[in-house]
Amino acid sequence: MKFVDEFRNPALIHKTVEEIQRLTEPGRHYRLMEVCGGHTHAIYRFGLKDILPPNIELIHGPGCPVCVLPMGRIDDGLAIASRPNVIFSAFGDMMRVPGASGSPLEHKARGMDVRIVYSPSDAIKLAKANPDKHVMFFAIGFETTAPSTALTVMRARQEHLENFSVFCNHVTIIPAIRAILDSPDMRIGGFIGPGHVSTVIGCRPYEWIAANERKPIVVSGFEPLDLLQSILMLLRQLKAGEHKVENQYKRVVPWEGNIAALRAMADVFELRPYFEWRGLGFISQSALRLRDEYAEWDSERRFAVPGIRVTDPKAAQCGEVLKGVLKPAQCKLFGKECTPEHPLGALMVSSEGSCAAYYSYEHRKTALAMTAGTPA
Amino acid sequence: MCLAIPGKIVELVPANHATAVVDVAGVRRRVDLGLLEKENPGIGDWVLIHVGFAMSKISEEDAAEQMKTLALLGESESAMQEVRGYGLTSEECGEGTLDPSCDAKGRPGCAQS
Repeated sequence: MKFVDEFRNPALIHKTVEEIQRLTEPGRHYRLMEVCGGHTHAIYRFGLKDILPPNIELIHGPGCPVCVLPMGRIDDGLAIASRPNVIFSAFGDMMRVPGASGSPLEHKARGMDVRIVYSPSDAIKLAKANPDKHVMFFAIGFETTAPSTALTVMRARQEHLENFSVFCNHVTIIPAIRAILDSPDMRIGGFIGPGHVSTVIGCRPYEWIAANERKPIVVSGFEPLDLLQSILMLLRQLKAGEHKVENQYKRVVPWEGNIAALRAMADVFELRPYFEWRGLGFISQSALRLRDEYAEWDSERRFAVPGIRVTDPKAAQCGEVLKGVLKPAQCKLFGKECTPEHPLGALMVSSEGSCAAYYSYEHRKTALAMTAGTPA
Repeated sequence: MCLAIPGKIVELVPANHATAVVDVAGVRRRVDLGLLEKENPGIGDWVLIHVGFAMSKISEEDAAEQMKTLALLGESESAMQEVRGYGLTSEECGEGTLDPSCDAKGRPGCAQS
């Protein structure tokens, strides 16, 4: 509530909401998916649902890297790190994510050498400071973080750093959107495209989806006004029967993306034939692995990886929630066995996961609703 | 991880690949400029940072807006924690060897610890 005055341009927010209300046809149901977990967090935090017409339904997409990582990959990473003289390094987001054998943090408590790094280049630093040990970096993320991992691997090769490798779990956003569109129980009218992923990949990769799947896509920023403007742009396209890619976040996202970042990724990574996504199953050509030239820095080729497959707890309905078929609160475990303090499913672990976001903000009447007025 | 952190370049460190010291709300750390080659970033420029790498050049106004967005999202503290974490302290580096780059200007106080 205290941030009521801090929203950029409250008057324009008000006007945008009015325009959204005017454009929404009463008999029509709009299912719009925000692909990015950051957007999911923002939508809950700002209480956008409270100010949108009730027939606009926002579906939370797969854009939370921690949430879509199959549990078995965590166990695989931990299995590598359970060998003598191996240091497990990862971003802080990963530390509490449960594998079947416990989270990295729990393994640390049992004696594993687990370190938080905030940048992949710090994992290199760790390797240099510990020449008698092997540092494995558990790499995760969409195209926002993949170029940083790529550059780090290139530097490791340049410096002939032998005691460093990357356990690569990087995934790409476009195949996930296509998989969602292929899923028969999903009927999405349009997409709010990810903001920071698009600073890297630009807007061009979405053109294929817009043209072939005939769905409008608007790349969006993270402020309330950004998201509302993006929803308005989608509604305008839907009304006009259009399906094109638009860029609401021009102030940050260039249409062509970040060429240097794309080049680094292309140099180091190649597409895996297929990769498992939690909740979405196997998606072809949806994830990255290191090219042969970088095999020496690939944890999966350097160490025997058990290839652990873990099914989610039967009662947990992460998959349905992830695909937007169920709302978080409709899962049997939500808020009971599964809470942010004791997460059973990954959607509850990360603040960008829809369950954690829903849990934190569900009952919150936000300042934005008060600013812009609840629609009649 | 997915939300970018805005910072201002206050010093270029060309010797060590392409890195710069950036100021994020008073905290100064080294970030990597290797993914920004085309934009030719210089002192005084504002950049958006992901996991220790500058990913795009932005205007000062947009940097202020992004800082505000992080605050609105309740993410300021974790963003600052991330920035403070860039570059390890000698303690974090491990029991024995002190990485010589630890006492770089990007990480004040590190050399003494």
